Amino acid sequence: MSQRRVVVTGLGATTPLGADVDTTWKALLAGQSGVRLLTEDWRELLPVHFAARVATEPADQMERVEMRRLDRSEQFALIASREAWKDAGSPDDIDKERLGVVVASGIGGVITLLDQFVNLNEKGARGVSPHTVPMLMPNGPAANVGLELQAKAGVHTPVSACASGAEAIGYAYEMIKNNRADIIVTGGVEAAIHQLPMAGFASMKALSTRNDNPAAASRPYDVDRDGFVLGEGGGILILEEYESAKARGAKIYCEVGGQGLTSDGYHIAAPDPEGSGVQRAIKFALANSGLSTKDIVHLNAHATSTPAGDVAEANALRKALGKDADHVAVSATKSMTGHLLGGAGAIESVFIVKALQERLAPPTINIENLDPAVTVDVVRDTPRALPAGDIAALNDSFGFGGHNVVLAFKSL
Amino acid sequence: MALSQADVLAGIKEIVEEVAGIPAASIELDKNFTDDLEVDSLSMVEVVVACEERFGVKIPDEKVTELATVGDAVNFIVNAAA
Repeated sequence: MSQRRVVVTGLGATTPLGADVDTTWKALLAGQSGVRLLTEDWRELLPVHFAARVATEPADQMERVEMRRLDRSEQFALIASREAWKDAGSPDDIDKERLGVVVASGIGGVITLLDQFVNLNEKGARGVSPHTVPMLMPNGPAANVGLELQAKAGVHTPVSACASGAEAIGYAYEMIKNNRADIIVTGGVEAAIHQLPMAGFASMKALSTRNDNPAAASRPYDVDRDGFVLGEGGGILILEEYESAKARGAKIYCEVGGQGLTSDGYHIAAPDPEGSGVQRAIKFALANSGLSTKDIVHLNAHATSTPAGDVAEANALRKALGKDADHVAVSATKSMTGHLLGGAGAIESVFIVKALQERLAPPTINIENLDPAVTVDVVRDTPRALPAGDIAALNDSFGFGGHNVVLAFKSL
Repeated sequence: MALSQADVLAGIKEIVEEVAGIPAASIELDKNFTDDLEVDSLSMVEVVVACEERFGVKIPDEKVTELATVGDAVNFIVNAAA
């Protein structure tokens, strides 16, 4: 049997920049920030008073009765999946035993967990919602999408902190490649803007505290970066086996070339300053995709705006790509979306697919003074045109625990 | 405090609409929660807890399975409150 190839046939998103892919992509190209001051009183408990909430509340996109039995992360997953499924041409007549779902979340239904703990304390055990467990389980977003589409090839949820969304897409790629499925709804979501997780990240000194200028707080590669900005939302891709996508006349965006997965074995939260795990992941992704460093024209970096992480990653990219890094347009879109944790690798993959389609690398905003330690070619302030012809791009994502995931996408 | 059948029915209609999204107009005494109104087992727990709070009665778990129709629930609550 010839090698099965995997293509992208649908996209969906709900992000701090927009309620769907088109709105988000336009705002991204325009260099808009999705970061805003929080309006909740609890912000005063924290050293950080801002975050990147979704631009459109789920209540404006879903029925109330449906919402009340879904965690916010599950709401995001359904909203983005519905858009992606429609974008793929709503292929409802496919064999459900060949349809899978791989949707990740870094933390799962943490807001449900914490809200129901309040209910328990205030009203007793009878006051805890019977929907609590299906709402808090980290596989809840994937399970709800799978139920809606009646997917029967398998529903999965890889968890690797901020690499979860990218790992999900890689898992989906493998499922199609290995002939477990022909079509997969995949991506990642996160809904963790709540005082407890924010206090936890703040306690690690991981979050920016630029309260006087939230829109300028997420500033990857800038010398004055002081931490990441928590975001929420999610991105979904429809992956499909190439021949069956062609046979049904699907619109094909690009090909998923392959992935590289490694782990650092270094520290639970800090990046390995040598970046050897990242370099190996890039090499594996290229080798598995039949690509060389010369083919790569664009890279959506993990670049969360933390002092240590951005430089460690940039150094690893330079080492892995060598001289060819000179022609790679590096975009750090978290400067606009904030950090969607388990959703990050997924929306950034959506951005790569759009970048390959429109031959346009999105900008990185808020770099007033580029850190001299950053030796990659960063796209600043305005989008940059990508070359014509066969091109390829990488998405790298890393997670607490030392997880490294690199995905390769190729134009078709 | 005695509750009238009409008061309890009106209350249950509101609760079932809130919890399960069933229009109040379609909720009648002879409707079966599961077969007619498609209230699933998890939502039924919510309905029961909301009824307890609203009408100030206790509905033991072993009784819940006997409340097949809206009328069963109305009668149980009216008797329990009497």
